[in-house]
Amino acid sequence: MSTFLQYLFSGLTVGSIYALSGLGFTIVYNARGVVNFAQGDFLMLGGMVTATLVPLGWPLPAAISVAILITVVCAALLQRFAIAPAGKADPVSLIIITIGASIFIQGIAQNVMGRNQHIVPSFSGDTPVHFLGASLLPQSLWAMGGAAALVAGITWFFRGSLVGKGMQAMAINADAARLMGIKTGSMLLLAFCLSGFIGAVAGVLAAPITTTVYDIGLSLGLKGFVGATLGGLGNGFGAVVGGLLLGIMEAMIAGYVSPAYKDAVPFVLIIVIMLVMPQGLFGSRLKDRV
Amino acid sequence: MRPHFLRDLLLTVAVLAAIPLLISNSYIFDVVIRIGLAAVAVIGLNILMGLAGQISIGHAAFVAGAAYTSAILTSVYHWPTIAAIPVSVAAMTVLALLLAAPMLRLNGHALTIATLGLGLIVQIVLVNEVAWTGGPDGLATAPLTIGSLAINTDMRWYAVVATVLLIAMTLSRNLDRSAAGRALRTVRDSEIAAAAAGIDTYWLKVRAFVVAAAFAGIAGALSGHYTGFITPDMTSFLKNVELATMVVVGGRGSTLGAVLGAVLLTALPELLGGYADYEMIAFGLILMMTMIFLPNGIVPSIATKLQALKYTRGSDAKANAARNPQFDEAVRWTEGGQ
Repeated sequence: MSTFLQYLFSGLTVGSIYALSGLGFTIVYNARGVVNFAQGDFLMLGGMVTATLVPLGWPLPAAISVAILITVVCAALLQRFAIAPAGKADPVSLIIITIGASIFIQGIAQNVMGRNQHIVPSFSGDTPVHFLGASLLPQSLWAMGGAAALVAGITWFFRGSLVGKGMQAMAINADAARLMGIKTGSMLLLAFCLSGFIGAVAGVLAAPITTTVYDIGLSLGLKGFVGATLGGLGNGFGAVVGGLLLGIMEAMIAGYVSPAYKDAVPFVLIIVIMLVMPQGLFGSRLKDRV
Repeated sequence: MRPHFLRDLLLTVAVLAAIPLLISNSYIFDVVIRIGLAAVAVIGLNILMGLAGQISIGHAAFVAGAAYTSAILTSVYHWPTIAAIPVSVAAMTVLALLLAAPMLRLNGHALTIATLGLGLIVQIVLVNEVAWTGGPDGLATAPLTIGSLAINTDMRWYAVVATVLLIAMTLSRNLDRSAAGRALRTVRDSEIAAAAAGIDTYWLKVRAFVVAAAFAGIAGALSGHYTGFITPDMTSFLKNVELATMVVVGGRGSTLGAVLGAVLLTALPELLGGYADYEMIAFGLILMMTMIFLPNGIVPSIATKLQALKYTRGSDAKANAARNPQFDEAVRWTEGGQ
């Protein structure tokens, strides 16, 4: 029982990160209809910039703030200089552009911050908390709590604020939203900034647990996307639930089957999901439009 | 079409035969051979990405898979290389078929993500199965011999690679001009329209995926024996994106474009020389800029320009094109298979 609980905790911890990663995907996907392959690199930037600044003597909160700021600027630049100029390009072209952006960001990170694994110190020590026979690191609590707070904040933003409602209107029908006076261009930019912000926070929360490296965004992004697909792509709540479920499944496989192959879980899962229930757990049924 | 086909074939043979006459230096020879090997894989990937319109950033997995299979067959089981290569290519083809059957049920970004997963997972397997693959340190490969003839000089390797490349180009052009090629283009332009026209779109995409894997396998098995040493890096994210970039930059749907993409992007790191660290930045920039400024890729864009010149006479040609946006569309229609 305590072993199971231990795996469950570690699953919920990484699941929180996947949930945030998936939420970032969802916001951009709803706003622009593009799956942003650079989303994982936003997580990488959050962790890597923090990990680079802390050894230089920066206090942790300052390093984190700067890391988040840099990531948000990056996300804004991506929208302004790579996505927007492509105009009405088809989804395939947009996918290729974001793949290019992903490898470009990784290249910059590799040159500026090095190819090595980086470590971010835990926010509040490494003394484990014991709970029902399982031990829980304080950083896991930070990851779960941080993710919960962020998800609550985003939910309020979309449900309660005028700007958030405007962004939702744009996701439902961009032309109609524009006719209602919603500035869709600024909304798109805001959507990218928001996904960058969520990504950076997730990356910072994860970095003390996973350590961080310039290409960690690949697997974090991939898993966030699989979580979002599991929950139903386009549904923010689904992305969060899907991410958590994926984290738990991965931890169970790592614990009971083989730790080396836990990274194979999402790959197998995405194919199974798309075959069995292409709309995911909470997604609306989509039909191809001619 | 036929006379064009023969003309293109002869032209390709002439160019491939002329290249070694211009090279005197073994460094350049090495780059040219690596370009040829990359081009074979890119021509295959172009069938999936350019013709069928399905984006894969996982086909380097088949390059690496074939290289490792052939290396293990020759060094552990002491097979002759000439037998190990076709068997490893066949193994990749079967593997691709097994993977494609579920994967091609996915479309658009879901498929792309699944191929990304494929590349990463093959890399994980190669790193973890140390007993077979040597793990992260890699594996030494046997030199290629055909019968009693050892392929151990630049010239012999060039001959082998040029022959394989010629076959690959010919097959690809043939496919492009066949009913299957037209069906693939229809799938790319509108899958629903293709299905309505009676095309079995799913099976067609599966076939394109498998063919691309087979080409990747040939390129991979040969590269393994050529370089003499292989590592799991052969299917890293960078290598996977590199293959896709070659297709996109040269021009999706064009065989010649695939070759040009391989030339440009294999030569680029050599030109960067000591600045190999900037490779990722350069690839990323090239990929984004191509999609923004030249979304059709280099070869199709030039072909469109040439057609426009050919079909308009006199000084008012440009004005005509500018006045009538449908003109561009018409040119694209008349372009046919390049």
